[in-house]
Amino acid sequence: MQIIQKIGLAIFVIALVIFTLVPGLDSYKISAEDTKINNEYHSVAFERAAQDQGLYEREYSSTFALQSALKDVFAAAQKDLLTRAGEDKSGIPEGVSEWDFKLGDWLFKDYFKFDMYRDSSIGPVSGNPWLWFGLTIGLALLGGLMYILPKFLRPPGIKNDHIYHSSMTRGVNLTWRVLFIVATVIGVLTYGFFYMSGNLFWPGISALVMGIITALVFFAQKSIKHRPAKSASPPKFSAWLGIFTGIYLIGFYILLYWAPVHIVGWISMVSPLSEILNGGTASQWFLYGVLYTLIILVMGVRMMSKYMHNKYQLIRTGSVMFFQLGFAFLIPQILTLLNQPSMDLKNIWPLNYTFFFEWNINDLLAGGNLGIFMLVWGTVLVIIGVPLITYFYGKRWYCSWVCGCGGLAETLGDPYRQLSDKSLRAWKYERFIIHGVLLFAVIMTGMTLYGYFSGVRQIGFLNTGTVQQWYGFFIGATFSGIVGTGFYPVMGNRVWCRFGCPLAAYLGLVQRFKSRFRITTNGGQCISCGNCSTYCEMGIDVRAYAQKGQDIVRSSCVGCGVCSAVCPRGVLRLENASEDIARRAAQKRTIHISEDQIGVL
Amino acid sequence: MHTVIIGNGITGITAARWIRKLDSTHRITVISGESDYFYSRTALMYIYMGHMRQVDTQPYEKWFWDENRIELKRAWVDTVDFDGKMLNFADGEKMHYDKLILAVGSKPNKFGWPGQDLDGVHGLYSLQDLEAMERHSEGLKRAVIVGGGLIGIEMAEMFHTRHIPVTFLVREQKFWHGVLPLEEAEMVEREIREKGIDLRMGEELKEIWGDKAGGKAKLIVTKGGEKIQCGFVGLTAGVRPNIEFLAHTDLATDKGILVNEYLETNIPDVYAMGDCAQQREPLPHRRAIEAVWYAGRMQGEVGAYNVCGKKVAYDPGIWFNSAKFIDIEYQVYGDIKPKLPEGQATVYWEHADGKKSVRINYDAVSGAVIGFNLMGVRYRHEVCEKWIEEETHIENVLQTLGLANFDPEFYKEYEKDIVQVYNRETGSNLQLKQRRNLSSVLKFLSRT
Ligand SMILES: Cc1cc2nc3c(=O)[nH]c(=O)nc-3n(C[C@H](O)[C@H](O)[C@H](O)COP(=O)(O)OP(=O)(O)OC[C@H]3O[C@@H](n4cnc5c(N)ncnc54)[C@H](O)[C@@H]3O)c2cc1C
Ligand code: SF4
Ligand code: SF4
Repeated sequence: MQIIQKIGLAIFVIALVIFTLVPGLDSYKISAEDTKINNEYHSVAFERAAQDQGLYEREYSSTFALQSALKDVFAAAQKDLLTRAGEDKSGIPEGVSEWDFKLGDWLFKDYFKFDMYRDSSIGPVSGNPWLWFGLTIGLALLGGLMYILPKFLRPPGIKNDHIYHSSMTRGVNLTWRVLFIVATVIGVLTYGFFYMSGNLFWPGISALVMGIITALVFFAQKSIKHRPAKSASPPKFSAWLGIFTGIYLIGFYILLYWAPVHIVGWISMVSPLSEILNGGTASQWFLYGVLYTLIILVMGVRMMSKYMHNKYQLIRTGSVMFFQLGFAFLIPQILTLLNQPSMDLKNIWPLNYTFFFEWNINDLLAGGNLGIFMLVWGTVLVIIGVPLITYFYGKRWYCSWVCGCGGLAETLGDPYRQLSDKSLRAWKYERFIIHGVLLFAVIMTGMTLYGYFSGVRQIGFLNTGTVQQWYGFFIGATFSGIVGTGFYPVMGNRVWCRFGCPLAAYLGLVQRFKSRFRITTNGGQCISCGNCSTYCEMGIDVRAYAQKGQDIVRSSCVGCGVCSAVCPRGVLRLENASEDIARRAAQKRTIHISEDQIGVL
Repeated sequence: MHTVIIGNGITGITAARWIRKLDSTHRITVISGESDYFYSRTALMYIYMGHMRQVDTQPYEKWFWDENRIELKRAWVDTVDFDGKMLNFADGEKMHYDKLILAVGSKPNKFGWPGQDLDGVHGLYSLQDLEAMERHSEGLKRAVIVGGGLIGIEMAEMFHTRHIPVTFLVREQKFWHGVLPLEEAEMVEREIREKGIDLRMGEELKEIWGDKAGGKAKLIVTKGGEKIQCGFVGLTAGVRPNIEFLAHTDLATDKGILVNEYLETNIPDVYAMGDCAQQREPLPHRRAIEAVWYAGRMQGEVGAYNVCGKKVAYDPGIWFNSAKFIDIEYQVYGDIKPKLPEGQATVYWEHADGKKSVRINYDAVSGAVIGFNLMGVRYRHEVCEKWIEEETHIENVLQTLGLANFDPEFYKEYEKDIVQVYNRETGSNLQLKQRRNLSSVLKFLSRT
């Protein structure tokens, strides 16, 4: 069994190395056909410059080489058009606007998208995509399963041995954590500056909000007094494998969101699969969907092997696997194949922040009955579904049973759940940030809908489009993707769900104030060991309640049930009931002296 | 008023917290030589096994102590001058107290075995013991554990996670049979053996031999004469109150520090509680020394009231306890005797997998339920307690047994099978009327 696992691990590592190399294997040769531009002036100028520089003659060994050659040609074309226009713009033909004639900087990204790179690639990967699919994703699946399946042969029971000895899961110390956070914040704000076309306002206001939240946590909420906060550092040195994994994941997300042209190797590789499933060539989102789904499935199997003895975990894990495979992945593919509007039916606003965007509403409205059904379905879920189901079962029905982000966190992220920060200070940050994001999402959507119905898309100095753009960049991509997943080995598997997700905030408010769900504690049985708090991915100090014999009603609890599973004394149980929830949460059942027992001396 | 507490375990810390709650004027100092901060002793094994870091076993953040004005001092108390109300520390420092709480815990038992003080021979009680285990684990070929109690089995599991072979010597014929009924004891034995641990029942330690240099343990000899090579000997044959440093004073002691029901010692303004305290007149169904976490916590609470001048007698109510035997959880409510006493009857159900069981003991005449012994099944503390307190008839209990079930959602419920066992053995025809359900539990509990 051990030997099979070792071979599996080796195969997985080989697959990962090949996967990492794939985007660099192909070369690129483009023709005038590929660079066709839908604007006659731009097109002519570009082609002329291309001929001058011999763009179509050479073969480029990487996407970077191709991109830089394209940039040179683009710059030459820009210059050319500028001279033609003349200083007094007399060169611009009658009736043509200046910007249709001149070649603006931003058009580079528009004109040369990843599909152009993909279509121009020649070489092993695009020549034989299935082979490379097999060598990377296929081998990784094989290796992963060889590593995971023998785990089912172990006797059932809690499997947390050596988590804090392993370099993958031990976590990183304060210096590394600060490094990750600071590098991410600076990187994102700087890139955001360019992303917003050199506009300082958005990065600036974001930095300001972060500063205000920090000030509130430290001064208004007196965290400054609460020092030193509980350390989240590992027992010995930092986890090198964890750091590597974090950086790898962050790198992956950066390429995926902002530089898909450099991963066309991966995209070409999954393109045939895309054609089978939805009839079209693959985009980076298809690549992402394939990887995401496979990871949830394989790591879901791992999660099941770890909690074989716990039926709640088995069913719950099966549920997230099902919703990812069916709802998030297959159904949208099939709908696309059938030329229907496609949608992940379980992705609810405001997590699905584009749901009320104009283009989405219009797409759905144009999509016939099915489209209208989807629009109604999504709206009803937000207004009735979420509060109602959360009233009955708590937010877990979504966060740890259905949601895709939660699904990844509960499967791929399971090895890192212990790394969530349990300090009171982290809780204070959590409340400000997550409700801040909810507010941001509500304002953005409010502006969007207002714009949709009134046509007014400029409110004061705020432009609806820019607000949406920044939300998408800052919250949608950076927070939920880069930080949400890249930070697994750094700050645990629920960073996004805990600090950022506006839907979690909404579900949490319902759970906290109007729900039958609570975690009950079993009288006085708690020995304060700390397993529950350690393995709570949401950073809830479960023990603080359990050792007092208090039921737990916390807005952030996603009901993963792991605290209950790892408790060695059987103290915790996730339950629903309408009875007296407020009193139960307040009552302290380990205290065994009642006031009337006390005689005064 | 300066209240000084020696011992920062669950007892001392609970007392400190409650004194602070009841009275904001006390100056409170908690002293321990073992650790800077209160940590959960019960979680020592999880640190070794890599489930948690040491900080994770600390229930309170560091600022908690400042915020609650509880002063912490890391030092060993060498002697106590009860007349002068003065503590003398090992480093020569002194500290005055107005009221003193002794919550100094226990020590592993050593029974004068030859070689018991060699290097590589350790109990498992303190952080220092854990460090010793860690130190000796590197390259360890075999560990021998002496004494089959809860700490012994924890130690066996700890070494097992590092793939270190373990020989486990247990004097009794059946595992922890001083507490567990036969079937449960056998279940635990099976569990230990299944994990590949070399369990020797009815075997005792005779002596430990050191290596040539004479410093380090290298083999043990059993009473049966067998020699077992090992680099580590774990002594886990129970604990005893840690009171040596209080000997030769006016403090009245027996095995532990003698206290009355108000946890007062024979010396005014000096209290003792937790593992180190011995009740002069133990309550019926309770032991004089209760070296368990829960008793420490309850005594800390009661002690605080008494220190603050509000007289409260220690009355812990119905006995309960819990443990985990490798992968089998154990819970007990009420007074379950290892041998069924005269006049009691039992309903014992065991799952076919041999890893779960439920035992309910009741009075053979009146039918009043006496206790619950659970293996691998979780039951609700409050429900069981209420049944026992109210001397509920076994048949009522059985028919509503679902109220007690505390297993996670979707777990199979075995209450029906348990009722079947009763029906079979008594020829009755009871039906289970109540399944696991929180609403019903809450209604049941609020019923007076
Ligand atoms: C490995 C292990 C597992 C256990 N598991 C369980 C369990 O599952 N359930 C359960 O109910 N119980 C369990 N117990 C027992 C439980 O931990 C004890 O009953 C409880 O910790 C006793 O608490 P206490 O505060 O009375 O004493 P302690 O926790 O022993 O605290 C006493 C403190 O006082 C310090 N001290 C003593 N003398 C001096 C001095 N002269 N100067 C300065 N400081 C001094 C000691 O160093 C120690 O830190 C376990 C014990 C161990 C060792
Ligand atoms: S409190 Fe328990 S159920 Fe809730 S999120 Fe934390 S570990 Fe999961
Ligand atoms: S609830 Fe369970 S896991 Fe949490 S501290 Fe108490 S005994 Fe440990």
